[in-house]
Amino acid sequence: MLSEVVHIPQPNQAGTRPTIAALHAVTKLFGTVRALEHIDFSIHPGELVALLGPNGAGKTTAVKLLLGLLSPTSGQVRVFGGDPRDPRTRVRTGAMLQTAKVPETLRVREHIDLFSSYYPAPLPLAQTLAIAGLETIKDRKFGDLSGGQKQRVLLALAICGNPDLLFLDEPTVGMDVEARRALWEQIRNLVARGKTVLLTTHYLHEADALADRVIVINKGSIIAEGTPTQIKAQTSGRRIRCVTTLPLDLIRRINGVLDVRQDREAVEIQAAQAESVLRGLLLQDPNVSGIEVTSAGLEDAFMALTRGSNQKPEEPR
Amino acid sequence: MSAATTTISSRPARSLASTLSVYAKEAKYEFLKMFRLPIYAVSTLAFPVMFYVLFGLILNPRQAAFGGTSVAAYLIASYGTFGVMGAALFGFGVGVAVERGQGWLEVKRASPMPPYAYFTAKIAMCLLFSTLIVASLLLLGFAFGGVRLSTLQTLELLASLVVGSIPFCAMGLALGYFVGPNSAPALVNCFYLPLSFASGLWFPIEMMPKLVQKIAPGLPPFHLAQIALCSIGANHRGSLTSHWETLLGFTLVCVGLARIGYHRDQGKLYG
Repeated sequence: MLSEVVHIPQPNQAGTRPTIAALHAVTKLFGTVRALEHIDFSIHPGELVALLGPNGAGKTTAVKLLLGLLSPTSGQVRVFGGDPRDPRTRVRTGAMLQTAKVPETLRVREHIDLFSSYYPAPLPLAQTLAIAGLETIKDRKFGDLSGGQKQRVLLALAICGNPDLLFLDEPTVGMDVEARRALWEQIRNLVARGKTVLLTTHYLHEADALADRVIVINKGSIIAEGTPTQIKAQTSGRRIRCVTTLPLDLIRRINGVLDVRQDREAVEIQAAQAESVLRGLLLQDPNVSGIEVTSAGLEDAFMALTRGSNQKPEEPR
Repeated sequence: MSAATTTISSRPARSLASTLSVYAKEAKYEFLKMFRLPIYAVSTLAFPVMFYVLFGLILNPRQAAFGGTSVAAYLIASYGTFGVMGAALFGFGVGVAVERGQGWLEVKRASPMPPYAYFTAKIAMCLLFSTLIVASLLLLGFAFGGVRLSTLQTLELLASLVVGSIPFCAMGLALGYFVGPNSAPALVNCFYLPLSFASGLWFPIEMMPKLVQKIAPGLPPFHLAQIALCSIGANHRGSLTSHWETLLGFTLVCVGLARIGYHRDQGKLYG
């Protein structure tokens, strides 16, 4: 993922691209709880945007605002240039929400048949089943399905109307690795078919694996926005691991070092740029050995962004 | 924000035919969903039928006369009222509480489903179940209870009870917006059973203690039972118009409460 060239323009160029959904200066209060605070972001046609944040960050609130399920306390929500509650907007959107329970006594194909009827130009049943990978279980009742299969039915309900814009609220939550990768593949196929997708996740590698653009949100505010590569570069750019006799305090004073910690026999250095730190390191300790430079994972960036420090140990991906 | 916004494309608005087809599908699947749910389908049908077989047929071997008609006919009216009330209260009350509380209603609201399709489907489902319940009681009464009603009386009883279930759909809807998904069945029973008893649906109102006889006219099921008794020519209290007016007023109050619950829901914090 890191080596891939990403063609998505910077957010500050967004003004030149058409916007299909946007939150403008949106604040949402639940009583005295501030779920979102002056949020601004736009989604452009054909991109997959990941809204990344820990639980309780306000991701689901943002999705519900865009779906017209909630009204903003202040600010404006626009989808396809209109009100998200407008039925003409709703026929162009599909949503997969975190729902605890779907009526269990209806069969998979019956659920899809009903949801398809809400849309003016739905996909044929066979195609919806194929995209969501449900052909073999179309006659099963929802209550008899496994967790991953249930999620795929919810995906099928989101896509069956052939909408242009899809909202996927934590679509892979509770899935095992295999089911998650299969769903990722299905999401990538949807984007390849020209769909625009807003995905929320607290799985950092999920945003990294899927998104063209990541919006990091914490405690109701956007704290970073950019391509996965940019997000990573924006914070702890590189991680250097080496064996050295230098005390940690000394390493910390090298120009460009963000953080240092001892990891068994080695030290692990978080650096904005590897080159200057390596130069300083080699200068002070000619005997430094076992140097490894890796790019920090999105997880490191995320930790740094949300916690304001990056002492969190994490194994390289 | 100077971004160009793509406007809503000129997709055709939903035609009348396709709107009707959405309503029909919604109702069809609502019925299938409930019909396949034993706790609903069996209990709403089985309880009135069981009561009727027990008190109207088995414990009434000589087909005694009562209240201006036979016991077997009288009990079709009162257990019929009990049955349609249960179908409505559980279908709406528990149905809405569960689907609202567990997030399914939200998935539907986010879709382009016409909002009234959901409620219309539930009403249609309740009316169909009500018809099934009253028809079962009538068939049992005709076949084993020696009940003799004219075609007109039969149809009037069926129509009164089926239409008369609508106020209890509204009551269920109101309950569904205020009770949680897990407590819903128990709480609905807390209303259903005492109301049925005190309205004279289990035992004729004439046989109830004086106090209950005083309270009953304040309870909506009492009025529906009186309408049902009137339709088969049995003794009843009060005028038909006043009973329907009471039920209409009760319906409006329940719809009002449901609206308050609906709006309260909008401001709630979800996960």
